[in-house]
Amino acid sequence: MANPKRKISRSKRDKRRANWVSGIKTGSLVTCDHCGEKKLMHAVCPNCGYYKGKSVIIPDNA
Amino acid sequence: MRHNKKGNHLGRTTSHKKALMRTMAAQLIEHKEIRTTVAKAKELRQYVERLITYGKKGSGHHRRLAFRFLQNKNAVTTLFDEIAPTFETRPGGYTRIIKLGKRKGDAASLSLFQLVGFEKGGEAKKAKAKSDKKEKAAQKSEEKEIPEKQIKEKTVEESPKEEPVVEEIQPIETETVESEEQKNEEAKSDEITAEEAPEEDTKDK
Repeated sequence: MANPKRKISRSKRDKRRANWVSGIKTGSLVTCDHCGEKKLMHAVCPNCGYYKGKSVIIPDNA
Repeated sequence: MRHNKKGNHLGRTTSHKKALMRTMAAQLIEHKEIRTTVAKAKELRQYVERLITYGKKGSGHHRRLAFRFLQNKNAVTTLFDEIAPTFETRPGGYTRIIKLGKRKGDAASLSLFQLVGFEKGGEAKKAKAKSDKKEKAAQKSEEKEIPEKQIKEKTVEESPKEEPVVEEIQPIETETVESEEQKNEEAKSDEITAEEAPEEDTKDK
């Protein structure tokens, strides 16, 4: 069986892991047409409850 | 192989999924709008669209087909008499899925599943919730006011009357002891109610 020749040093291991967080992508946000808050694309605005110019839900903050 | 086997089983056994789709379809027909995960909504869509097509055809046979799935008489009647006629001219696409973002807790993507043309709208819901609250509050205040007044009136009326009665009884010795005892008991019970009533009021407030 093929095996690693050397134990991975703490330094090497931590350098590898340090790049994991920066590799996560944040979902892209758009501004709401109705209230101007940031919201997810193709979804109801959680701030004002509007979607495509229509009031769809009662927002939690109201 | 999974060739030509479309649909999402949603991690359930066939019977479990069938039951889920049944209840969700019946609830949608009753409420016109339900909040569920996107995956469930997408799966429910095909069942609901078919049911509405049955409703548009409207024959007794199709009524039976719809009942076979829904197993709910009320849902079948609203589907055939209320919902299907509004889709007369619409060639499919009777439902709408609006994404609502992620659920707190398990980060499941939520959606609002609507019947097209039966949308309630957030503002309308808000107004309804407000009016419901007002009605409830009005009912509560009415309930509160009536007993308070009654209790007060009772105590005010009864207390002066009883005292003279007792005084009258004392000189007349022929009166039976039982009647006095009864009256005493009545007076005690009245006192108890009078004592209890104000405590309840403070608790409510």
